[in-house]
Amino acid sequence: MSGAGNKRLARALATLGAGALFGFGLSVSGMIRPEVVLSFLHFQDFGLMLVMGGAVVVVLLSYQLAPRLLRRPLLDDHFHAHPSVWNRDTAVGAALFGLGWGLCGVCPGPAIAGLGAGNFSLLWALAGIALGALVQGLSAKPR
Amino acid sequence: MNLILFPLGWQHYLLGGLFVGAGAALLFVLTGRIGGMSTVFSSSWSYLVQRPFFQQPRFVDSRAWRLVYAAGLILGALIWWLGFAGGAPEATSVPVWQLLVGGFFVGYGARLGNGCTSGHGICGLGSLQWPSLLAVLSFMATAFLTANIAARWLA
Repeated sequence: MSGAGNKRLARALATLGAGALFGFGLSVSGMIRPEVVLSFLHFQDFGLMLVMGGAVVVVLLSYQLAPRLLRRPLLDDHFHAHPSVWNRDTAVGAALFGLGWGLCGVCPGPAIAGLGAGNFSLLWALAGIALGALVQGLSAKPR
Repeated sequence: MNLILFPLGWQHYLLGGLFVGAGAALLFVLTGRIGGMSTVFSSSWSYLVQRPFFQQPRFVDSRAWRLVYAAGLILGALIWWLGFAGGAPEATSVPVWQLLVGGFFVGYGARLGNGCTSGHGICGLGSLQWPSLLAVLSFMATAFLTANIAARWLA
C-alpha cells in the first residue's frame, strides 16, 4: 500500500478509536440513559455538570496545547478550527434543541452510542434526529 | 430542599466526562478535527439528497470520517456494555412519541444552531468561543423549562 493509503488508514483508525473513547465515556457516565439526563433537567442529580465539566477541561487543554507544542496533528497536515457564530439561527436552533432535549433526554451523541449498549428504543430518537436534520436542510435558505 | 447533588455518586460522572473529553482531544491531536456529534446527521444525508444545501463541501468532505467517528461511538459503548456492564439490555421508560418528537426538535435545532451538547457544549466551550457559551445557556434554559413542564403535565 502507498504511503498516502497508510496515512488514510491510520487516520480512519484514529477517528474510530477517538469515537470509541467518546462512546465509552458516554456509557460510563450514564448519559446513554435518558432517565439520567432527565433527572439532571429535573434538578435531582447534577452529574451531567461533572460529565460536561470534565470533558471541557480535557478538550480545552488539548485545543490550547496541541497547536503550541506540535506544528501539525500527528496524522494530518493542519489543525482545523470551527468558529461558532451568534446569530438568529444559532439562538432559535439552540432554543429548539433544548426543547427537544428536555422532552426526550437524548442528544445526538448518546442517541448513537446507546445502540452499542443494546438500548434499541433510542432508534426512535435517532430517527427523529435524522428527520429533524433532513427537514432543517430542506428548509434552509440557500447560501 | 434536597441538598444531595449526586444521589448516585459522582465518580462515574467525572470519569465518563474525562473519557468523552479524551476522545475529542485524541481526535484533535491525531487528525486536527473538531469532533462534535450533530453534523453527522446533516453530512450523511449528502449521500442520498442531491440538494445544494447537503452538497456543501463542509458536509461532503467530512461525511466519511464523521460516519467512522459515529461507528466508534457505538464500538465504545459496546465495549463498556459487554466488558463492564454485564451485557444486560439497556432500555428506557421514556415513551416512543417523546423520543421521536423530542428527537425531531433535537435534530432540527442542533443543525439550525450548528451544534449540540458536544459541538457547542464540549468543543465550543473547549475552544473558548462565547457564541457557544450563549448557545449552551439557551438550550439549557429551554431544556429545563420543557423537562419540568413535561414532568408536570405528562406524568
